[in-house]
Amino acid sequence: MALLEVDDLVVQFYTDDGVVRAVDGISYEIRAGETVGLVGESGAGKSVASLALLRLLRSPGEIVRGEIRFDGRDLRECSAAELRELRGNDIAMVFQDADAALNPVYTVGEQIAEAIRAHEPVTDREARERAIDLLERVGIADATARYSDYPHEFSGGMQQRAVIAMALSCDPALLICDEPTTGLDVTVQAGILELLADLARESETAIQLVTHDLGVVAELCDRVLVQYAGEIVERAPVEDLFYDPKHPYTAGLLASIPRLGDDRPRLATVPGTMPSLVDPPTGCRFHPRCPFAEDACARRNPSLVEAESGSPAVDAGPDTHLAACLEYTGDLVGGLDYEVRVRDESEDVADDPCRERKPESRRGDTR
Amino acid sequence: MSLGRYVLTRIAVAVPVLLGVTVLTFSFIHALPGDPIDALVGFRSVSPATEASIRAEYHLDRPIWEQYLLWLRDVLVLEFGESPITGRNVMATVGRRLPATLALGGAAWLLALAIGVPTGIVAAVRHGGPADELSRIAALAGIATPNFWLGLVLLLLFGVRLGWVRVIPPDAPLASLAMAKFMLLPTITLGTASAAFVTRLLRSSMLAELDATYVRTARAKGLRERTVILKHVLRNAFLPVVTITGLQLAFLIDGAVVVERIFSWPGMGRLLVRSILQRDYPVIQAGVLLIGVSIVLANLLVDIVYAVLDPRIRY
Repeated sequence: MALLEVDDLVVQFYTDDGVVRAVDGISYEIRAGETVGLVGESGAGKSVASLALLRLLRSPGEIVRGEIRFDGRDLRECSAAELRELRGNDIAMVFQDADAALNPVYTVGEQIAEAIRAHEPVTDREARERAIDLLERVGIADATARYSDYPHEFSGGMQQRAVIAMALSCDPALLICDEPTTGLDVTVQAGILELLADLARESETAIQLVTHDLGVVAELCDRVLVQYAGEIVERAPVEDLFYDPKHPYTAGLLASIPRLGDDRPRLATVPGTMPSLVDPPTGCRFHPRCPFAEDACARRNPSLVEAESGSPAVDAGPDTHLAACLEYTGDLVGGLDYEVRVRDESEDVADDPCRERKPESRRGDTR
Repeated sequence: MSLGRYVLTRIAVAVPVLLGVTVLTFSFIHALPGDPIDALVGFRSVSPATEASIRAEYHLDRPIWEQYLLWLRDVLVLEFGESPITGRNVMATVGRRLPATLALGGAAWLLALAIGVPTGIVAAVRHGGPADELSRIAALAGIATPNFWLGLVLLLLFGVRLGWVRVIPPDAPLASLAMAKFMLLPTITLGTASAAFVTRLLRSSMLAELDATYVRTARAKGLRERTVILKHVLRNAFLPVVTITGLQLAFLIDGAVVVERIFSWPGMGRLLVRSILQRDYPVIQAGVLLIGVSIVLANLLVDIVYAVLDPRIRY
């Protein structure tokens, strides 16, 4: 039994424009101690999926279907008190934008100590000492003095470190990091990534890392889930994903990573934008943006299958490479015509599929 | 900056404001038409010699800035002289009335917070629910009801019909049980609109804070919802309320003029109205000055409370 098992999770938002299915039937698992990346563009439903795990969604968002089992317990069945026990204690979260995640009117130290006091029978003094230890552990110099600083007296990187310290305060089994480095300077990002990498390596803590940054994924993750328009379209161990992306969306994402020494006149992008989830495209949700789309793609929504054999994902082990594309069920006539070139030993590169493909083969053209 | 230094800075800034208040109070007398001599002699015609001696006695023959400084010297030790109308010592008169007004205003202010804060919290936490709707209707009614009407109706109902409270103040010291009981109706009359105002203000500022990311962090830490609301949200949401309640003190003193009349309350409001009608300038001057000073001090207090609540203000 994995530490976290998410099964067919559906999250909806009720908006004036209609019902938005931000998360549409995703299933995945995270084993104890492993780091799993959840990747996709803005609006793919990554953050919503993470908030749903702790049932932190606020109206008008609602989990309408699915199971979230943590250590065998279904979190959807938990009472408010049981949930409070879990939050911050067994499952902790690190949010993006640490500046906003900290309460401006309490000291950083107090906000960490408070998390400890909420879950463990400690005296104020013990909580304070442990908070100082945590600040030291995440690399805050002069932690004792910094304990009494207010968030605005911390730099952005230090704020994010403090938020991580807060999340680690009760030794969670699972840490959910939602875009932990977004909005930070590149050099500061590197520091935070290093901190998270140390955590992932040294502690028993499993990490779910939500990001749109494939570089971060390459750096930290054991396995990767690629999310598109509320669905998981590819799942693979991290090396397989970078060397051998199976889904055209993943290939597009990889191609759009800017590289040093790149001689292309423009940055590659995945053309188009994430579709509206009020009225998602028929068939495969990626087909309007996919350079390899055929008529069948507009009609049939591919399910997640083993990329090698095309057999259903339910039977696959956690390290099997899965993708949701008609290619792998043998329903694509033209096939996926992109190749992956590895430029040097450290860089894994997928060519821009949108440039490789000739225009007449786009969806809607007759063959 | 430490809190102590911040407070000292605010006090230092308040001093020129207070001086400004004295300049305004002093000069408005001189902006009025007519010569103070006429008022002093009771609008009779007097010989030039007598007039000159009166001018000398009241320093009216000196240049105006010197008159101001002489006046300021007296004002600093709360010496306002005698009323030319009643012949009584101005400070003694005002000194009796000011505590009554401050007591009534303070009580109304406390009532506004005691009702407005819990109602605002409940309305925000259960927004859209029946408690929120009920508080909305009650607040609307509270703001829309004119205080003179509310005062008269309360007095008619509880004083005249039911006879539970006196219609005029008892002959008792301000800090006595009988007086406290009498103060109930004027306090409600004066405080209702403010309570309604605080309710709405706190509700909207809490609603804005409830969406903040730090609230989600607090919940994700596993804190009790009660702690999340009362510790994290309320302290942030309270800042606009503190600002407005400081300003409301002025509003409460305004309102007191009407309410004091209805309840025969021996306060500054009634004294000022009477003095204006009688052109009792020294009393008006003393009253306006003391009210001005009270408001400056109240705002100083607000600034300090603000900085205690939100450490970012100190910078």
